[in-house]
Amino acid sequence: MSNKHHLELTQVGMEFATAKGTFNALQDVNLRIKKGEFISLIGHSGCGKSTVLNIVAGLYQATKGGVILDNQEVNEPGPERAVVFQNHSLLPWLSAYKNVELAVKQTPNGRSKKAIKEWVEHNLELVHMSHAADKLPAEISGGMKQRVGIARALAMEPKVLLMDEPFGALDALTRAHLQDSVMEIHAQLGNTVIMITHDVDEAVLLSDRIVMMTNGPAATIGEILPIELDRPRNRIELADNSQYNHYRHAVLKFLYEKQRKVESVEEHRKKQNSHKGRATQSHVA
Amino acid sequence: MSKQQTVPMMVNQIKQISLPTLNQFLTATALPIVGIVIFLGLWSLMAKNIDTSLGKFPGPTAVWQQSIVLVDEHNMQRDKAGKFYERQQQRNAARLVKDPNYIVTIKDFTGAPTFFEQIWTSLYTVMVGFMVASLLAIPIGILCGLSKNAYTAINPLIQLFKPVSPLAWLPLVTMVVSAVYVSNEPIFSKSFITSAVTVALCCLWPTLINTAVGVSSIDKDLLNVSKVLRLNGWSHVTKIVLPSSIPAIFTGLRLSLGIGWMVLIAAEMLAQNPGLGKFVWDEFQNGSSQSLARIMVAVLTIGVIGFALDRLMLALQRKFSWDKSAVLL
Repeated sequence: MSNKHHLELTQVGMEFATAKGTFNALQDVNLRIKKGEFISLIGHSGCGKSTVLNIVAGLYQATKGGVILDNQEVNEPGPERAVVFQNHSLLPWLSAYKNVELAVKQTPNGRSKKAIKEWVEHNLELVHMSHAADKLPAEISGGMKQRVGIARALAMEPKVLLMDEPFGALDALTRAHLQDSVMEIHAQLGNTVIMITHDVDEAVLLSDRIVMMTNGPAATIGEILPIELDRPRNRIELADNSQYNHYRHAVLKFLYEKQRKVESVEEHRKKQNSHKGRATQSHVA
Repeated sequence: MSKQQTVPMMVNQIKQISLPTLNQFLTATALPIVGIVIFLGLWSLMAKNIDTSLGKFPGPTAVWQQSIVLVDEHNMQRDKAGKFYERQQQRNAARLVKDPNYIVTIKDFTGAPTFFEQIWTSLYTVMVGFMVASLLAIPIGILCGLSKNAYTAINPLIQLFKPVSPLAWLPLVTMVVSAVYVSNEPIFSKSFITSAVTVALCCLWPTLINTAVGVSSIDKDLLNVSKVLRLNGWSHVTKIVLPSSIPAIFTGLRLSLGIGWMVLIAAEMLAQNPGLGKFVWDEFQNGSSQSLARIMVAVLTIGVIGFALDRLMLALQRKFSWDKSAVLL
């Protein structure tokens, strides 16, 4: 029974108070997630993916509905719902080891000093970062930082691992490496994972189900696509797999046909201008 | 390859390597020297033409001579003090031989403090004032940075007292210290406490403001990390807030120490704390023909020490700040 309703989102809605009145960001989000499931949230920017993730993390409070994890309501952040942030957010004054150690020490399970050390080292090993344990975040590459960020989250032994576009800021090769690592870790530990992504291939490759969200305001779940590909999955073999391509196609169709982002001409111009403005600014800088 | 060919090549290489470094050397070392030389020239030129009731305004040579005199006076006084203690010891030893029950007392040397002892007093006083100010300013700054309400409540007071001159505080501080600090065996002299408190009152603000700004501008992601890790209030402050605002706090501390050193000289003049400020005041009152040159020595010393203190803070900032990418000048 616990397997069936590990994590439940029921009628979740979110309104933000703005200067122009309330903004309805999210409404009627219903999702039931099984233990060990890997869920991807995909959708255009501004569709409330991050809001969903932040509500599950407890960083936001849903204004309607709620989240239940193992029969307990979620209403504050906690280590059992560890978050891997988009830009790693490691503490810049602590080494990779110390960053992970801080998380381990904060997780209540009464480890001895020796056990803490072993657990930190084990998690760094898991993300292949043992060699850089004593390096400061500024001394390692973006991909390595994100690996340490994942190690920190895993070290909390979370029931649910929440990843907010974890590979968004990385180059394609590094991203592929990290995706492989995540698949490997997921196979080994069997955590429940919710991952936000913009990348269709990433979503299909990693997920058990892809949750596709409609555009905001009042965004909600549009479709849910179960991915029934055998694990372990190999990106090269899958490239020619017709089923894989069928899934890809389904997601692309949802994003670019059913939920194509329609911008008014004025909005489009504004964006262009702000882009130009930024470009000249950075040029001057 | 023949020799004739290689030699010009090497010359070329040398040119390529050494020209930029030579340029760097010139700009980094020669230009400051040029500046100083021009300054010394203008100074001696102008000094000759300024007549005061205490004689001509001292030029660089007169000031140099007086600085040597001050060193000599210091050494002489040291000698005197050494001999004074030696005589006491001999006397005490002699008395002990006569009377084994004699309790030895050692009297302190009571000669006037020398220039270097006055420098030491000034440094000690400014450090105490600065420490007191920092111990107050950092916690209050953290509070202001963490809580918008606390900031809104305290901000008017900061804005009100920040621009107040030390000279305005001093009479009040003097009276309060005289009234409150009453002891038969005072550990510190009143003039010292008055000066230190005045320094503290004036160098509180830059640290407080910079700390508040540093704390309130912590990366939101790091705050979220703290929330996910469920850090309690104390750990939140010590593990996230303090380390991430260390660069800003140090910027404030550096500004504070600079202001403190400036304020100290004025405070010592009026409070008669036996430091550099009192030295300047005493020489001014003394009014001998060397007084102006001796004051000028003090002026330059104050400048050099101020600069050294700033460099010291910079070195500490470099050591303790995790943000190695920041350009610190």
